[in-house]
Amino acid sequence: MEILNNLALGFSVALSPYTLMLAVAGCFLGTIIGALPGLGPSNGVAILIPITFSLGLDATAALVLMTSVYYGAMYGGRISSILLNIPGDEPALMTTLDGYPMAKQGRAGDALVLSGVSSFVGAFLATVGLVILAPMLARVAYLFGPAEYFALYLLAFCTLGGMASNNQAKAALASCIGLGIAMIGVDNSSGLPRLTYGNMHLMDGIDFLVAIVGLFAIAEVFFFIESHGKKSSIGVVLDKVRIPWKDIFDTKWTMLRASGVGFVAGILPGAGASLGSFLAYMTEKSIAGKDGGFGTGAPKGVAAPEAGNNAAAGGALVPMLTLGVPGSGTTAVLLALLMTLNITPGPTLFTDRPEVVWGLIASLLIANVVLLLMNVPMVKIFVKILMVPPWVLLPGVTMISFVGIYSLSGSYFDLLLMILFGVLGYALRKLDIPTVPVILGILLGGNMENALRRAMVLSDGDPMYLWSTPISIGLWVAAVLGFVAPMFLRGILKKPAAVKD
Amino acid sequence: MASDRIFGLVVLFVALGYIASATQIQTSFLADPVGPKAFPILIGAVAALCALVMIVKPDPDPDWPSLATFGALAITIIVLVAYAYALKPLGFIIPTAITAGILSYQISNRPLPSVYSGVGLSVGLFLLFDKVLDLGLFAFPKGWIG
Repeated sequence: MEILNNLALGFSVALSPYTLMLAVAGCFLGTIIGALPGLGPSNGVAILIPITFSLGLDATAALVLMTSVYYGAMYGGRISSILLNIPGDEPALMTTLDGYPMAKQGRAGDALVLSGVSSFVGAFLATVGLVILAPMLARVAYLFGPAEYFALYLLAFCTLGGMASNNQAKAALASCIGLGIAMIGVDNSSGLPRLTYGNMHLMDGIDFLVAIVGLFAIAEVFFFIESHGKKSSIGVVLDKVRIPWKDIFDTKWTMLRASGVGFVAGILPGAGASLGSFLAYMTEKSIAGKDGGFGTGAPKGVAAPEAGNNAAAGGALVPMLTLGVPGSGTTAVLLALLMTLNITPGPTLFTDRPEVVWGLIASLLIANVVLLLMNVPMVKIFVKILMVPPWVLLPGVTMISFVGIYSLSGSYFDLLLMILFGVLGYALRKLDIPTVPVILGILLGGNMENALRRAMVLSDGDPMYLWSTPISIGLWVAAVLGFVAPMFLRGILKKPAAVKD
Repeated sequence: MASDRIFGLVVLFVALGYIASATQIQTSFLADPVGPKAFPILIGAVAALCALVMIVKPDPDPDWPSLATFGALAITIIVLVAYAYALKPLGFIIPTAITAGILSYQISNRPLPSVYSGVGLSVGLFLLFDKVLDLGLFAFPKGWIG
């Protein structure tokens, strides 16, 4: 009953005509952002945060808008995966494996509608899971002291690093870069500047939004200049769009299973949507066996990763909202949004600001329905938008990034930093060093250090305090396992390569 | 091989420099057991360790672009830096049109469409940001219009 009351509160916040309008606008914008090659959920949401902030929307409205964009981008990512064989972001890679072959067989419309429906199922079930699980986890999270939080942050870095890269040293280095950047600025316990080298601009620290937009959006522009926009050839033509009832009915168990797998993968801190879609696809592939036709355009191969991916996106919100630890790159960006709006995620969020939490959850449900209704009949419009050539799109993205960051502070220093982060992001990605841990480090570095210092104040400097409770020991064990295990699993769990033409 | 080793070496030096500057952080009289130095030093140490691993066990080299592409990237960076400095004194429209045009040319290598997209993006985005979203940009240098 409590859940229903909470949901009613959420809908009362999110169902006003104004917020509904924002939800629809956000869904539309998000689908376009997800569909455009080179713009995924992470960089799409990233370039919009500064602009949303400058617009002066209140917390609920901004959250509704940005979560709609987030879910919309998760939906939109499948369009370029299926039609162009270009995943809009990493989790969408698995959708290309069967989606593109299906489109080449002339069933592009079926694949798009089927993936839209499975996205809906995955996202809807994950939101239900979030509603049930998040308040429970928030209650557990009250037991967390500074030692547990320190272990939890460590766990997030270890698992994210372990999953995101092929080289543990590179993943750990990426986390260190982020954490090291987070240290710059005034130390909040002593009030003295640290590592600012006497530069006034660095006193406030480096704004994480500047880093995110630089690492995600500006770095992407450099990649497009390197490839001269060659990645954007139009692959498959879409003619008629009908609703493939039979495929939808045939894949119902696949969608349900994939949603479950994806949701669990999403909850694991640091694992996120990529792992969700990967595991969902691999599970279904092994259930279907050799006759399943996975990799040759099987409808189940389209439904599984899309349901898994979207379920993981919902699952990733559980640790993000209850513990303040994001589970993926995009939730890291959403955490950045919450921090910009002066909302601190964590267990207290559920008791102190229930209208924010439940408004967010209600807007997720609304966004999901809007997206399903929008995507099936309007998919042709979104396909048209795919035709925007990269030589218009990428300069546009750059200009939006500049205006967004410029409108935050009005200083050229932040713009220069943003360009610097763009160069850094290009170099890191070239060297196969993941950039998401960098973002996570910048976002969580301050909290992680504070947790450590508070733990040491409580224990009067005894380091054994960090391993004094079962919860923290469990988290430390999980962190070490999460970092070490992928080294051994890499041989067994090989990611399938993208389909070649 | 070489790329990882070079990058590892750069990171190693930066990390050592970072640790060195971290030891110079002032401590206040209200010191807690950990203090403001320990965590940055720890991060620097882990980064240095990772850099050593990269030097000892490098991955295969990525496909680096040709020298001409590096030139194009360098030009882009210079243009973007110039744009960052120009945005305030010169207003939005003119620097944006030039920057967007150059970026567009870098991607498409066709002059005329680049001019169109530069001008179109500049005017279109100005209308969007200033008129629709009301972000308060200056279209032209302040001296030009009242």
